[in-house]
Amino acid sequence: MISSQAPILIPMTFLFAAMLIPLVGAVNRAAAHLTAVLGSALALYFSVIGMQTTLAQGRISYHIAGWMPPIGIEFVMDPLSAFICALLCGVTFIVMVFGKRSVEYEIPQKEIAFYSLSMLLLGGLAGMVMTGDLFNLYVYLEIAALAGYALVAIGDKRAVVSAFRYLVMGTVGATFYLLGVALIFISTGTLNMADIAQLMPMVQDSPAVIVGLVLIVLGTALKMALFPMHAWLPDAYTHASTTATALIAPIGTKVSAYVLFRVLFFVVDPDHLRTELLNLLQIIGYLGAAGIIWGSIMAICQSELKRMLAYSSVAQVGYIAVGISLASPLGFIGAILHALNHAVMKCCLFFISGNMRLRLGHSMIPQMTNGLRKSMPWTSAAFTLAAISMIGLPPTAGFFGKWYLALGAIEQSHWIFLSALLISTILNVAYFFRVMERMYLKPQEPEGVDYSEQTIVRSEAPASMLVPTLFLALSLLVLGFANAWIVTNLIVPMIPGWL
Amino acid sequence: MHEIVTYTSSVPFLAVLVSLAAVPLIYASSNRPNMREFWTLAAAFIKFPLVLSLLPGVMAGEVAEFTIVQISASPDIALKLRADAVGMLFAVVASGLWILTSFYSIGYMRGANEKKQTRYFASFAVCLSATIGIAFSANLLTFLIFYEILSLATYPLVIHKENKEAMRSGRQYLLYAMSAGVVLIAAIGITYSIAGTLDFNPGGIFGGILLDPVLIKVVFILFIAGVGVKAGIMPLQSWLPAAMVAPTPVSALLHAVAVVKAGVFGVIRVVGFIFGPEVMHEFSLNLILATFSGATVILASLIALNQDDLKRRLAYSTVGHLSYIVLGVALLTPEGFTGGLLHLSNHATTKICLFFCAGAIYVNLHKTKISQLDGIGRVMPWTMGAFTIGALGLAGVPPINAFVSKWFLCQGAMAADQTIILGIFLLSGLLNAAYFFPIVQRAFFRPGGKDLEKHGEASLFMVVPICIVATLSVLLGLQPNLILNMYDLAAGISQSVFQLPAVFIASGVWP
Repeated sequence: MISSQAPILIPMTFLFAAMLIPLVGAVNRAAAHLTAVLGSALALYFSVIGMQTTLAQGRISYHIAGWMPPIGIEFVMDPLSAFICALLCGVTFIVMVFGKRSVEYEIPQKEIAFYSLSMLLLGGLAGMVMTGDLFNLYVYLEIAALAGYALVAIGDKRAVVSAFRYLVMGTVGATFYLLGVALIFISTGTLNMADIAQLMPMVQDSPAVIVGLVLIVLGTALKMALFPMHAWLPDAYTHASTTATALIAPIGTKVSAYVLFRVLFFVVDPDHLRTELLNLLQIIGYLGAAGIIWGSIMAICQSELKRMLAYSSVAQVGYIAVGISLASPLGFIGAILHALNHAVMKCCLFFISGNMRLRLGHSMIPQMTNGLRKSMPWTSAAFTLAAISMIGLPPTAGFFGKWYLALGAIEQSHWIFLSALLISTILNVAYFFRVMERMYLKPQEPEGVDYSEQTIVRSEAPASMLVPTLFLALSLLVLGFANAWIVTNLIVPMIPGWL
Repeated sequence: MHEIVTYTSSVPFLAVLVSLAAVPLIYASSNRPNMREFWTLAAAFIKFPLVLSLLPGVMAGEVAEFTIVQISASPDIALKLRADAVGMLFAVVASGLWILTSFYSIGYMRGANEKKQTRYFASFAVCLSATIGIAFSANLLTFLIFYEILSLATYPLVIHKENKEAMRSGRQYLLYAMSAGVVLIAAIGITYSIAGTLDFNPGGIFGGILLDPVLIKVVFILFIAGVGVKAGIMPLQSWLPAAMVAPTPVSALLHAVAVVKAGVFGVIRVVGFIFGPEVMHEFSLNLILATFSGATVILASLIALNQDDLKRRLAYSTVGHLSYIVLGVALLTPEGFTGGLLHLSNHATTKICLFFCAGAIYVNLHKTKISQLDGIGRVMPWTMGAFTIGALGLAGVPPINAFVSKWFLCQGAMAADQTIILGIFLLSGLLNAAYFFPIVQRAFFRPGGKDLEKHGEASLFMVVPICIVATLSVLLGLQPNLILNMYDLAAGISQSVFQLPAVFIASGVWP
């Protein structure tokens, strides 16, 4: 019963929670947080059930209001969308648990709006992932985007400006996407993805379709912050509240990347992709490679932890772009696995920045000293583990995404991609060890005073924040050792047969 | 040697795991130093017998295998351990010397009143796990994973002092180690795309494959750059002298035995078990290796002459001796290979002895410069006596064990008709004498200053391990098969790599 309804239940749960929270919150403020946690837990439950069913019985198709596709809107749960959806719900659940204290501290009095908007954002993102209809995807994209702008705007003083910038760029991206959909609709007369995929071979040479596809890719690339269209991201992530960043950063760009996967590998005709559209793929890959290097270099230059992590996200999006561009099973595996790994480690790292803000009042890298290792030993340890994974050292999760991508690049003799992947590892070492060196080694002021003789108060983050942080940090080791299982059982089934 | 039979056994895995399991215990008892050190010693005393228990099987041609978990889905590669002869040789040396180093560490760390001892002992234990993991790796991916763990776990030991110099050395070390890891990933990926397997196989895995001469050279150089950083092959050596800022037991076991020999071990694996002698010959890859390692042997010895800091002089000496092993391997003759393998263990006992002495001098007399060592032989006779044995050994004087390996290396050079390489070995022996003997001469034959009067020998925790390693060096020199059949092991490995009939190398007979 639930399993056949799962595609619609997940976005609807989030949307319902979004509506419920203001009502509940009006009665009892604390209940708003509880509703958000329960809502995301329920959605997570549905997505796990849906994923199990999909893997066992194949794709689940849900027809909205009983209208048959291609006329009606179809919601589809296949291994790819089920996986991404489970990732969204899982991250959201953990972020909601984490959020209570951090939201109270960073954006007091705005909790109800915050939780309601978070649920709205997730409703939009889950809808984007589930829908099998190009225009419907746009609708959910706008729901997610508007909620996202508002979430970013509830931040520090400068958040409003960065939210506005995010809004302008996001709207441009969405408009490109819509324009592309319109051009494809003119040529095919349908909006249903499966239907378009069937009609594609007949119309794919028309300029309208090609321009339409390019516009879709452009719009999506802007939303996923592919270099050089990433400029909105660092500001938005830096000035938003930590919880909002921890929610948007791991999954926001991933869903846009998912749209790219969906359109390029499931809508476009495979032969067409490998001939005429090869240039498009190559451009995505080279931009990704450039983003990997640029994002990493910019990350080295930052003095604020959240901003550094934001630039690192630009680099990580590049990995996914490179994987897409390889258009091979290894590239596919690498990109999806990296999306999962990056979601977990970036979420963990933003949690850590939140823990620091709560206890230190800031997350400025130059002001960090080795007092941290004494006052927040677990947070520091989690940072170390997450950083090792971000750098991509085995046996943590981060290594294996890079491993498959590197093998994929070697398979096709793409030495530029390989070099970008490997050089970024060194750059990652530079910016993460820069922080770790301060965290563990930099003596406190005044110089020469032995810190161990001072009384450093142990002020670790509260359990509601620390437990999610440590859970994510440890899961990086689990994900590393279980990567072969994940790839075989979850990722390989989602690779389209022709690849 | 018999036909190799493999069997499944968890012993190799346990041997890797035991020191890792000690880490939480070490942290849990950080406030009770005696308890904490007990865990280190317990792990060391369990690890060594575990490794040893595999030795009889290996000598009889039975190899223990253990698959931990499938670690890569496509290609299908497992995190797999295999305790073959080469792995055993390295594992026995590393885990055996860890016991002595553990005792020595206790004496050193307490004597020098070092801080952060918990972190020190914990990192040390992780390093040993990684080293045994490297020794027992059955394929390149497993090797890489343990290699990276070793790189990371050594970092806290390098920056142990937490001063500016330590941090600078730490950064340099990280840059070198991480770049090496990256280069290795590329090399391993390309190897897989060529050979379709990453399993170590005596004689190589490229047999019967049509190879692109340019690509194969690139892969080889990538490999050598990757493992050469740890092996200190010039121009990749400069992190090693800088890393001497670490506490001396670290320099002794890790930067003379475990870490640097993991690099040399990597060279042995790559040359003997990935490329194989035939491919090496066919594409003249041995020339590349011989050029760099030959130059390193001479240059490092020359630089060592100029160092006044005792540990730095020892570090450059290590750089030179590591390249002995690499040069022996590059000769591609069974004798040279055997000599290289023997030198791996023989240099370990002699160099660890020298470092132990340097540490004892530092803790006892707070002296680090060679120019300050006048007359200390009278104050610390046991320590300096052991130092003399180690120095004589490395200079190639019989009957100390390093002479035996040098003998084989020279034989290998002659068998390969490489007069230049033979010359390098001989010249370097002289240079070794030139940079070691002045230290001995200062210690015993020059009058000491007044500041020495109040001092005696270092603590027993340090002197006993020093005497044990010195004795070991002599005993192994008199009879290479005396302990653990090192010679048979090395000869057997060469035989399998060069795929020689069993009669070629007579077993266990002193030449």
